Amino acid sequence: MRKYLPAAILIVLAIVLIVIGIVLQQPDSVLHKAIRICMECVGLG
Amino acid sequence: MDRKKIRFGIQAAAALIQNANIRGFLTGRIYEGATKSVCVPGLNCYSCPGAIGACPIGALQTHLASMKFKFPYYIVGLLIFFGAVLGRAVCGFLCPFGFFQDLIYKIPFYKKNRFRIDKFLRYLKYVVLALLVIILPITCDLIPFFCKYVCPSGTIAGIWLAAADKNIRSVLGPLFSWKLILLLIFIVTGLIVRRPFCKYVCPLGAIYGFFNKVAIYRMTVDRDKCVNCGACAKACQMNVDPVKNPNSMECIRCGECVDACPYKALHMGFTQGKKKEAAKAGD
Repeated sequence: MRKYLPAAILIVLAIVLIVIGIVLQQPDSVLHKAIRICMECVGLG
Repeated sequence: MDRKKIRFGIQAAAALIQNANIRGFLTGRIYEGATKSVCVPGLNCYSCPGAIGACPIGALQTHLASMKFKFPYYIVGLLIFFGAVLGRAVCGFLCPFGFFQDLIYKIPFYKKNRFRIDKFLRYLKYVVLALLVIILPITCDLIPFFCKYVCPSGTIAGIWLAAADKNIRSVLGPLFSWKLILLLIFIVTGLIVRRPFCKYVCPLGAIYGFFNKVAIYRMTVDRDKCVNCGACAKACQMNVDPVKNPNSMECIRCGECVDACPYKALHMGFTQGKKKEAAKAGD
C-alpha cells in the first residue's frame, strides 16, 4: 500500500486545488472561454 | 478479447464521448453547454464543433494569458488528478489526438521508430511546455502561443469549421496555412514514426509523464519470471525498456510490451498483480 501513498497525497492535493478553483469561480471562466470559437486555436487569429 | 482490441475500443469510445456534439460537425457551430466548464483529460480543442468539454492545455494557456493573473487552481487540480490516477495512460487510452495518430500509424507504410536524434527530440516537449504554454503566454502579448502556432488538434477543428461555414472559409489566412502545413508534417511523420506529436511535441504528455512513476495505474515487473530476453523492449514503439524502467516518463501504457513478454513477467493496471510480484518490482 505504501507505493500508492504519493498518488493518494497528490489526489488529495488535486481535490483541494479543484475546490479552491471552484470557490474562485474558475470553472465559469473556463466555460466562458470554451463556448466561443478560439480564433487563434483554429488558425484564424 | 485481446488487449489491443480493448484499448482500441476504449480509445474510440473516449474520442466519441469527448466529441459527442455530432450535430456541430454538420452545422459548424460549437457546443455551448455547461459541460464545457470541465476539462477533458486528453488533447481535444474546445473549438472543435464536436467538443463537449474544455481542452486542459487550451484552458491553462488562456487562463495564464488573461490580463488579471490568478493561479489556475482548478485546471492544475484536474491535471494533477488525472496524472495521479492514470499518468500517461491518458495518452494511451483517452486522448483523441493520440487515437488519431494511432489510426494513421496503422496505414501500411515504411516504419522506423529507432533513430539517432530520437532521444534529443524527446526533450522538445518540455521546452514546448515551459516556453509556449507557460512562459510566453504570461509574459508576451498575452497570446496562447501553443494553441496559436502549434496545436494540430485546433487545426483539425479549424478544418471542420471552415468546411461547414463559408464565413470562416473567407477569413482563412497565413496562420491557417502554417498550421495546416504543421498538421500535414505530423500526419506524414506519423505514417513512419509512431505518435511523433506525443513523443516530441505534446505538452500534455510532458505533464502526465511526470506522474508515471507515482500514478495508481502502473507497470510492475516480476523479476522471478523475467529472463531479460529483451522482447518487451523490442516491442515498445515508444522506445522504452520496460524491464529497466517500467514507469518511464515516455511510456503511454499501450501494453504492447505486456503482450510481447513470453514469460508473462509484466503486469499493468491499477492493482500490482500478485503481492509477491509487486514486492519484487524494481521501480
